[in-house]
Amino acid sequence: MSNSQKIMAYRRENGRVGVRNHVVILPLDDISNAACEAVANNIKGTLALPHAYGRLQFGADLDLHFRTMIGTGANPNVAACVVIGIEPGWTQKVVDGIAATGKPVTGFSIEQNGDIATIAKASRQAKDYVHWATALLREPCDLSELWIAAKCGESDTTTGLASCPTVGNMYDKLIPKGIYGCFGETSELTGAEHLCQARAATPEVGEKFTRTFMAYQNEVIEPHKTSDLSDSQPTKGNIEGGLTTIEEKALGNLEKIGKKVSYIDVLEPAEAPAKGPGLYFMDTSSAAAECCTLQAAAGYVVHIFPTGQGNIIGNPIMPVIKLTGNPRTVRTMSEHVDLDVSAIVRREWTIDDAGDALIDLIAATANGRFTAAEALGHREFVMTKLYRSA
Amino acid sequence: MSIPHLLVHDKRDNVGVVVVEGLTAGTEMLCVVTQDNSDFKLVARQDVPIGHKIALTDLKLEENVVKYGENIGRVVADISKGEHVHTHNLKTRRW
Repeated sequence: MSNSQKIMAYRRENGRVGVRNHVVILPLDDISNAACEAVANNIKGTLALPHAYGRLQFGADLDLHFRTMIGTGANPNVAACVVIGIEPGWTQKVVDGIAATGKPVTGFSIEQNGDIATIAKASRQAKDYVHWATALLREPCDLSELWIAAKCGESDTTTGLASCPTVGNMYDKLIPKGIYGCFGETSELTGAEHLCQARAATPEVGEKFTRTFMAYQNEVIEPHKTSDLSDSQPTKGNIEGGLTTIEEKALGNLEKIGKKVSYIDVLEPAEAPAKGPGLYFMDTSSAAAECCTLQAAAGYVVHIFPTGQGNIIGNPIMPVIKLTGNPRTVRTMSEHVDLDVSAIVRREWTIDDAGDALIDLIAATANGRFTAAEALGHREFVMTKLYRSA
Repeated sequence: MSIPHLLVHDKRDNVGVVVVEGLTAGTEMLCVVTQDNSDFKLVARQDVPIGHKIALTDLKLEENVVKYGENIGRVVADISKGEHVHTHNLKTRRW
């Protein structure tokens, strides 16, 4: 592979590179979903992102809500954004956060207007944005400018043998060229936490990881734990695929950060990385949709999702590339598989071969090729909530 | 090289992973250690589904099961070499 690999992508106002060109209709809160969906129905080429939250949250949980809302609108895969909320104060806070990127964004609030007038005004604005966004041209950018996140799901034992090491090989090759990487899944490192700490770039970063890991263990797992976390770690699907314990699952999970690179910081959920190019750990749930939503809100524009048994996840604004090394999954649910790496378990491909194939697919996806999840309409947008609302 | 039946991550491991569909008891498996591409033969004592583990040695109650060269849990029922290792005889030490 040459040092510079060109892709055709969207250069945004703040210099970041996006690979999709969405006009997003973003609800501030749950009760504004209906208006957003009405606007998206009126104006073709827009995308509403309904969700369940935004009312009576407080403290760190509310901070995370705003970080996720603003980060989603600010993502370089979004060309322009309409925000609709029940009242103007918090709506404007999200608008201002997104506007800091320089991209077009307008807010509308429903109180003293009602749904119908709000939908009419917001639809006119959304239509203007669609004309503007669809006139934008892709331009030459470098593959090394991409922010590429990873998370695995419906894992099985082939995940640790084939699909996760393939992602790790990609990171070993692309992180030195200047991409931003991200892995998370705090609970799913249980049993491999000592190895994860050792992969930090400095002892301080490693200690920050362990503090984050132990905080989740002490605050969430210990007060609530059940045997195998009630068939959630490992899941029924993991067990069907041959994984028996969380330790075994975690060791396979960690294969996706490769052999050479080390992570340079530990991020809060949905926190944008700020230490420059490199690999980051983010404190996230191990549930696929929650983790992907947080990584997209942190600014990642492409997602790599190794699976064993066949997780079918997608994300509304970030293409999710899925790969599997399980020949049965390839045989039974090929429509969800973007990259078949089962040749690794047959010893016909090396991990290095698979890593090169994945990089080629990342470039094609960045150029505009739809992923399986995009073609099948998977748009899972799931906010993370830290505790009950007031 | 022929297609292996069983892959083992690390020389220190006492289990390997079945990577073919329809493995039946009595099959003399080609086993490959991915760490160094070394291989050996082992007879499967049970029908084991793809993705599931097989013991490379006899494993006694409370022994550690080792995969990736790391401890992945404790034996909760004795296991003979060549037998299926899963939730009926292996349990996490965490929760």
